[in-house]
Amino acid sequence: MAECIDELGIQSKTIGIASVGCSVFSYNYFNCDMVQAAHGRAPAVATGVKRADPSKIVFTYQGDGDLAAIGTAETVHSAARGENITVIFVNNAIYGMTGGQMAPTTLPGQVTQTSPYGRDVQTVGYPVKVCEMLSQVDGAAYLERVAVNNVKNLMAAKKAIKKAFQNQIDGKGFSLVEVLSACPTYWSMTPEKALERVASEMIPYYPLGVYKDKYAEEGTK
Amino acid sequence: MADKVLMKGNEALAEAAILAGCRHYFGYPITPQTEVAEYMAKKMPKIGGVFLQAESEIAAINMVIGAAAAGKRVMTSSSSPGVALKSEGLSYLAGCDLPALIVNVQRGGPGLGGIQPGQADYFHATRGAGHGDFHMIVTAPATVQEMIDLVGKSFDLADKYRMPAMLLADGTIGQMMEPVTLTENTSAPIEKPWAVTGYDGSRPRNVVNSLFIQPEDLENLVMERYARYAKIEAEEQMAEEYMTEDADIILVAYGVAARVCRNAIKAAREKGLKVGLIRPITLWPFPKKVMSAAAEKAKAFISVELSMGQMIEDIELAIRCRRPVLLCNRTGGMIPTPAEVLAKIDEAAKIGG
Ligand SMILES: Cc1ncc(C[n+]2csc(CCOP(=O)(O)OP(=O)(O)O)c2C)c(N)n1
Repeated sequence: MAECIDELGIQSKTIGIASVGCSVFSYNYFNCDMVQAAHGRAPAVATGVKRADPSKIVFTYQGDGDLAAIGTAETVHSAARGENITVIFVNNAIYGMTGGQMAPTTLPGQVTQTSPYGRDVQTVGYPVKVCEMLSQVDGAAYLERVAVNNVKNLMAAKKAIKKAFQNQIDGKGFSLVEVLSACPTYWSMTPEKALERVASEMIPYYPLGVYKDKYAEEGTK
Repeated sequence: MADKVLMKGNEALAEAAILAGCRHYFGYPITPQTEVAEYMAKKMPKIGGVFLQAESEIAAINMVIGAAAAGKRVMTSSSSPGVALKSEGLSYLAGCDLPALIVNVQRGGPGLGGIQPGQADYFHATRGAGHGDFHMIVTAPATVQEMIDLVGKSFDLADKYRMPAMLLADGTIGQMMEPVTLTENTSAPIEKPWAVTGYDGSRPRNVVNSLFIQPEDLENLVMERYARYAKIEAEEQMAEEYMTEDADIILVAYGVAARVCRNAIKAAREKGLKVGLIRPITLWPFPKKVMSAAAEKAKAFISVELSMGQMIEDIELAIRCRRPVLLCNRTGGMIPTPAEVLAKIDEAAKIGG
């Protein structure tokens, strides 16, 4: 992300919105102005910043609990409004910050602190597939799911993120990149095994690819 | 007498809720109370109960409203930022006259604050838990055993007076381990003829509602509720007194702060200072009676809290400002040390305590 910001030469006008989760300290890691939002509310805060000064480049950096549980409404409605912001959505299928509870994206059968017998879809339902869901929202401009489990996928992820920023520069509206990533700590795996799990379990359930590209479909304006 | 077991505060309160007949828990993870949800996730499915992780605290408290309206013993738990989100729901619980238990294992604030213990939600719990005229019964445990005892007590009071009850704990009590005794709650379940259980013509239709378009109707209802609150204030005040008998200086503290005070009192007594402690167990109703009685003899009070001077206002009100009330506090997740409390006691002694 930071490389994309540098390559696009937008650092001085970029405002980041940190969410609540392991991403909470992202304000320490991105060398740009940042706002720290309440849990789930980053897209609403981003909306405020963007509307206050549309010449700024505004992004959010959110985990799955933040974006797809407590912040679902903010996510869907910022997309529906076609808010001209860039959302980077880190899907690690777990609540990391609070110690490994079930996330909206936790896979069926996955054991977590609050699904100690494995996620039972009969009682707690199915994982939320954010890109698929948002592809039905007219206001969304660009939705792509990527992964960061190997170098090839990492390069593809960077390309998608860069496009999501470029879209905002071009005024194309709501862009979201879902990044499948590992949480070795709360998956209780070595980093190596965790990356393997991304390939063997995450990607089959959450297929990679472009879920929507409004302007590719319609031809660029 | 049941055996003693070693338990963590959060887990003890979860088990106590189950023992009190609670079979419905809705929550959302947040430090330092997540162990409650994790405990319920393990236990509830085994005993035919319901554990559901909501998508947010707002959703969780509204699930609580639903289960309470259906007549169930129901609870949620969270910590400061999450409890703030529940505010709307707390007001609806009060406005619908629904009993429920809400646990706040407080951390430092405001905003995202920190994850260390705090008591800065005192005003929120006792004054501003939501919009409109209402109160919640608020209790404050100082030991893991009390976590257990106050859970059962809160459920019973909530049912009796048809209102929300809040257990206002702090991160220390939630996270610490102590030996405890778990006992089954033996109070008979209260009839809930107002619950929405299905209308079959055998009783009037039950509607759980807080909307009243006619202002006269709404005023009457609020008045009726406040008559109930007056009864609670008269009958349900709870506090523990420790060495207050001969005390010139009275420390007032709840939760973890009260534990610190005991050490400070010991040190003060060794120096020949007559110091005692009043530990409010109910924060609403505030134990005005013992406070007012103590003001007859004591020369000064000290409010010891993990907040910037919130409970001190209730002390001043309770004693009608007849004695000076000093403040000894830390905030943001910091806890006053016994030495800091002792220094404040010395200061009080100098001004005539
Ligand atoms: C209102 C509110 N509720 C709960 C929390 C506690 N909390 C902090 S991070 C988090 C979940 C984070 O999970 P996720 O968004 O998946 O990000 P990750 O930590 O996995 O990166 C929660 C529930 C909070 N800070 N505020």
